[in-house]
Amino acid sequence: MRGMKPYLAIFSARFRMMMQYRAAAIAGLWTQIFFGLVMIMTYESFYGSTKQTQPISFAQIVSYVWLGQALLALLPWNVDSEVRAMVRSGAVAYELCRPVDLYSLWFMRAMAWRTAPTILRAVPMTLLAMFALPLLGLGEWRLRPPSAAGGLGFAGAMVCALLLSCAIGTLMNISLMWTVSGDGVVILLTALVSLLSGMIIPLPLFPDWAQPLLRALPFAGLVDLPYRVYLGNIAPSGLPSVLLRQLLWTGALVLVGRWLLARGMRKIVVQGG
Amino acid sequence: MNELALYFRYIGISIRGQLQYRSSFILQAIGHGLMTGIEFLGVWALFHRFGQLRGWSLPEAAMFYGTISVTFSIADALARGFDQFGNMVKGGDFDRLLVRPRSTVVQLIGQEFTLRRVGRFAQGIVVLAWAFSALHLSLSISTAALLLLAILGGVCLFSGLVVLQATSAFWTTESLEVWNAFTYGGVFMSQYPVAIYRPWFRQFFTFVIPLACVNYFPVIAVLRRKDPLGSPALFQWLAPLAGIAFLAVALQVWKFGVRHYRSTGS
Repeated sequence: MRGMKPYLAIFSARFRMMMQYRAAAIAGLWTQIFFGLVMIMTYESFYGSTKQTQPISFAQIVSYVWLGQALLALLPWNVDSEVRAMVRSGAVAYELCRPVDLYSLWFMRAMAWRTAPTILRAVPMTLLAMFALPLLGLGEWRLRPPSAAGGLGFAGAMVCALLLSCAIGTLMNISLMWTVSGDGVVILLTALVSLLSGMIIPLPLFPDWAQPLLRALPFAGLVDLPYRVYLGNIAPSGLPSVLLRQLLWTGALVLVGRWLLARGMRKIVVQGG
Repeated sequence: MNELALYFRYIGISIRGQLQYRSSFILQAIGHGLMTGIEFLGVWALFHRFGQLRGWSLPEAAMFYGTISVTFSIADALARGFDQFGNMVKGGDFDRLLVRPRSTVVQLIGQEFTLRRVGRFAQGIVVLAWAFSALHLSLSISTAALLLLAILGGVCLFSGLVVLQATSAFWTTESLEVWNAFTYGGVFMSQYPVAIYRPWFRQFFTFVIPLACVNYFPVIAVLRRKDPLGSPALFQWLAPLAGIAFLAVALQVWKFGVRHYRSTGS
C-alpha cells in the first residue's frame, strides 16, 4: 500500500479543491432540472404516439433521464485545463521530475476531477428528482428507487464507469502532446461520447440495426449499461458481463494511454534555461 | 461616427482577430456544427423508433429545429459580448464604458462577434433545406418573409434574455447561470413543436418568455398546417413581434440597471 500513498494524496488534494465549487454546482442544478423536464415531456409525447411495446418503458426512461442529469459531470467531455496549460507552457517537463508514475498521476487527477463535481451535483439532483417532484404533483416524472439487486449492481457498474471515463479522459489529455490546442480530438471525442454513451437519447431507442455496433463500443459502459442495471432493464444475471466489458475496455484504453504517453515523453524537448 | 458604424468597426476587429487563429477557428466551427448535428441524429432516431410525435412527422419537426438553430446561432454570435459583463462589474471595468460618450449596449455587444457559431448556423440551414424538400414546400416570397421575421424576432428575444442576464449582475455582481435554462434550455425545448408539452409549460413560453411566438406559431404558418392549439393565421404572422417587444422591455430594464450601478471599486 506504501506505493499508493502519493497517488491518494494527489486525489484527496484535488478532490478537496474541486469541492470548493459548490455555488457553480447549485447554479447548474436548475438548468439541468429544466433540461430533464423537457426531455421527459418529449418522451411522454413519443410514448403516447405509439402502441408498440418499446425495449424500455416510459417509467424507466424517466429514471434514465434523471440519472443522466445527476451524473452528467462524470463523462469525459473535456480535457484537464491544468494539463493543457502545462503542455502549452512546457511546464509538463516538470512532471517528469516527480518520483511518481506519470500516467497514474494524471489518472488520479482525472479521477478527483470527475468525482467531486459529480457528488456535488448528484446528491441534490437525486433528492429533488426522487422526493420533490411527487410533492409538486409530478409523481409519474420522479426518479424511482432501484431494487436492492439493481442498486448494488449499479454501484459496482458506476465505479467501473468512473474508471472507464478516467481512462478516456487521460487519453484525451495525452493527445494534447501532439495537437497542443487539443480542439480537434476533444471535439470529436465529445461528440462521440455524448451520442454513443446514451447521453443524447437512451441507447435502446436507437434503431435495432445499430444495437450491435453500440454494444461493441466502449462508450455504452459510461452511461447506458450502468443505468439499465439500475432500472432492472438489464437483469442482475447480466451484471458480470457488464462489469467485464467495462473493465476490459478500461484496461485496453489504459494500455494505449501508457504507450502513447511513453512515446510523447520520449520526443519532448525542453527549451529555455 | 454614429453608433452603427462604430458597431461594425468593433465586430470587424473582432472577426479579424478570430481569423488570425485560422485552424482553431475552423475546428471550432466544425465542432459546433458537429455537436448540434449529433443532437439532430437523436431526434431522427426517436422518429425512426416511434414513427411520429402526436401527429407530427420528422420533416415537420425539422422545420422547428432548423429555425431555432439558425435563430440561436445568430443571437449567440451577436450578443456574446454581454457574457463578459459579470466580470466587468466585478473588476470595476464597467466604469470605463460609462465615461465614453457612446451607448453601453453598443460597446458591450461590440466586444465580441462569435464567428465560430457559423457551424451551428450552417447545420440549421441544412436541416431547414431538407425539411422544405421532404415536405415538398416551395419557398415563396411570403414564406421567406415570415421565416425571416421569425428569425429576427427570435434573435431579439434571445438577445433580450442575454441583456436581462447581464442586468441581473448589477445587483448580484455575478452573471447568474440560472438564465441558461431559458437560453440553452429554450433552444432545446423549441426543437420540438411546443404543442407536445404540458399546457402550463407551453403558456409560460408563450406569455412570459415568448419563445413559442418566434418559433412555433410562425413555423405553423410556414408548414401551412392547422394548429392543434387553434391559433388564427393572423396571430401566427404577428407573433414574432413579441420577440422585438421583449428586447425593448429588456433594454429598459438594462437602462434602469445602469442608473443604479455602483462601482465595486478597488
